[in-house]
Amino acid sequence: MSMELRASPHLHSGRDVPTIMRHVVYALLPICAFSIWQYGLSAIALITTVTLSCLAAERIANRMSGTVNTLSDWSATITGILLALTLPPAFPLWMGAVAGFAAVWLGKSLFGGLGHNPFNPALVGRAFVQAAFPTAITTWAPAFSPQRFTEFIPSTLTLPFCVPNDISAWVTANMVDGFTGATPLARWKFEQFVYPVEDMITGAAAASTGETSALLLLVCGLYLIARRFMDWRIPVAVVGSAMIMAWGFQMYDPEAFPPMHLALLSGGLMLGALFMATDMATSPVTPMGIWVYGAIIGVVTILIRYFGGLTEGVMYAILFGNAAAPLIDKYLQPKVFGARKK
Amino acid sequence: MNLRLPFLKHATTFARGIHPAPHKGTLDQPIKRMPFPRKLVLPLAQHIGKPALPLVGIGEEVARGQIIARAEGTLSSPIHAPADGVIEAITPMPVSRGQWSDAIVLRVYEASTQEVRCGQPQDVAAMDHAQLIAAIQEIGMVGLGGATFPSHAKLNVPADKQVHTLIANGCECEPYLTCDYKLMREWPQELIAGIRIAMRASGATRAIIGIEDNKLDALDAIRPHLPEDGSITMRAVATKYPQGAERMLIKSLLDLDLPPGSLPSQLGLVMHNVGTLALLGRLLPAGQGLIERVVTLAGPGIKKPGDYWIPFGATLRSVLEWAGDPDCIEREVILGGPMMGQAAFSLDIPVTKGTSGILVFDKRMLEPITQQSWACIHCGACVNACPMGLNPSQLGMLSAKLEFDEMSEQFHLGDCFECGCCSYVCPSHIPLVQQFRAAKAFLRERKPL
Repeated sequence: MSMELRASPHLHSGRDVPTIMRHVVYALLPICAFSIWQYGLSAIALITTVTLSCLAAERIANRMSGTVNTLSDWSATITGILLALTLPPAFPLWMGAVAGFAAVWLGKSLFGGLGHNPFNPALVGRAFVQAAFPTAITTWAPAFSPQRFTEFIPSTLTLPFCVPNDISAWVTANMVDGFTGATPLARWKFEQFVYPVEDMITGAAAASTGETSALLLLVCGLYLIARRFMDWRIPVAVVGSAMIMAWGFQMYDPEAFPPMHLALLSGGLMLGALFMATDMATSPVTPMGIWVYGAIIGVVTILIRYFGGLTEGVMYAILFGNAAAPLIDKYLQPKVFGARKK
Repeated sequence: MNLRLPFLKHATTFARGIHPAPHKGTLDQPIKRMPFPRKLVLPLAQHIGKPALPLVGIGEEVARGQIIARAEGTLSSPIHAPADGVIEAITPMPVSRGQWSDAIVLRVYEASTQEVRCGQPQDVAAMDHAQLIAAIQEIGMVGLGGATFPSHAKLNVPADKQVHTLIANGCECEPYLTCDYKLMREWPQELIAGIRIAMRASGATRAIIGIEDNKLDALDAIRPHLPEDGSITMRAVATKYPQGAERMLIKSLLDLDLPPGSLPSQLGLVMHNVGTLALLGRLLPAGQGLIERVVTLAGPGIKKPGDYWIPFGATLRSVLEWAGDPDCIEREVILGGPMMGQAAFSLDIPVTKGTSGILVFDKRMLEPITQQSWACIHCGACVNACPMGLNPSQLGMLSAKLEFDEMSEQFHLGDCFECGCCSYVCPSHIPLVQQFRAAKAFLRERKPL
């Protein structure tokens, strides 16, 4: 007979970190499937390469730091899939691998692994390649090209450490209706062209691998919210504040600023609000802090898009929010039960 | 989230908290009796306050119900013999709080009956206030919910405070435990009698019985016994943990926030557990001492789960020899509920006035929690669970850095009442509550006396 001694509570909800992470992976799979349907072999190759490079980077970091194997917590898998989804479908695979290593090593391992990272690792990886390969990251390929399941987009298979060939000839050859090689945000910024809503919901607009269908992103996010693996307040705050900003600017000057739907459905806003800003490790925990954090991301996104040099602002807005999160948590502590207001 | 819409009728509750599986398995069974064990170990400190003083010597014969240790001073409580027998020793014995403490060891006569022969019926209505308080102390009544604060001291409201409402706490929000529920169902008359006594003693003019809305048949059992003048009412509150905590129940019933560090009497309230009140209503008119209580036996390591009248002093060994599963080898024995109860370090620990349950868990049940933990991923589950509105995530990180002063001064460590919600939900399996206990103990020890 042995007496087991444990401190109370002696019960547990049964939920653990790998369970949460695994469900996020589940929620990302339909988005991967949709992008594969859109971009074919290139999307498969990109998602696989980036995810495997993230896993490899994590394992190497485990070995070097002498810690336990953390692949089983699924967090590196999430980083890999998310990162792949933010890259353009024509992105060369070797650059994707670089992004994966940068994401895990610079974004996570250097700080001590899961939970200690101040920035969303996937966005660190994306920011790294945005700075390193500015041309490749803005080279867009059309979706639904007829040969997408039989041949790669030419730039995908660029040899390591080589600059990809110009794919504009291939794009012209595989022309799909209305595709121009520029994202809706870029077309508005440079041509004052307003994309139709349908194209942005169904995935026909030029965009990163996983951000084309706002509708699908929403459905997958709702799954996580319903299972309580995601805090609904963050996407609501991000999208809500972006919406209010976009509406305000539109009201102020309808000529100079785009309509609201363009702001909400284009670029990485949905992907970012639902799957990036909600990254637990890099978002605040306090009730008030969560709202403020989400609002900051929404506002900064719109400010970058409308007044910055870049067409897209979600990535830097979330990284900015991540940086602010500890400070937000510090100053917006929850209200203690029964405590009087000071 | 505590969303209040005027057009919806809400089950009243407090903010946050958790919903653990109830595991209340033996609800339909009546309370049964456990046979007397051969030996009873009666610690002199079964209550908060000064330990009782023994009135008997070694070798002396005692009768069931006889007073064997008297209260020392106001904040103390006497102890009565739970069975006929002979005093074997007065010696330090292990107790539930984790240390050894002086106890009277009673060898029980094999022929001892469970009939109580001591005590004279008394006319409670004829007593004045001081007599009533003294009589409550005389029968050794303490808070049976687990706090074991002497009842007479709680009901003897200081002269500068005015109590208007007595709250009878029938929430029993801990999983597994059913002892209070069964007492409510089986002894509604005694409960009402106890409430009347407690109202008189405390000066309250009305009483509210708060019961969780998963125990509606307890409400049905009590309803016919409610007085017609409406002075005693019942309210169903939401089934949620920790609904039975003092502050949470006051919030749910009256929508009042009891500020940290203050007693309910500041709001004109006094709260008693329904089990305490039912026994008060039974024992005080009979003039009998508190010698046994209803204890829930539950968990996978118990062969005869249910609620039993168990005499104080019965050791865990004797209870488990009678009701336990001998095949359950590696086990954790918990005194009280699974959320706030303590694991017993020895089977020689006796059932005392504060023991509401004895749960026996198989070691394998606990392995998934104990085997692996992760770093805090800031998921915020603890913040969304803490009924006190603290930030356990932040507190946990500070305790890892041994920043105990900051925990207490800036993050309200002292307001944590260790309900266990944060540890329960933590997906990283961080033992938050235990870290907070350690931090509090450190601050307490360091503080110059």
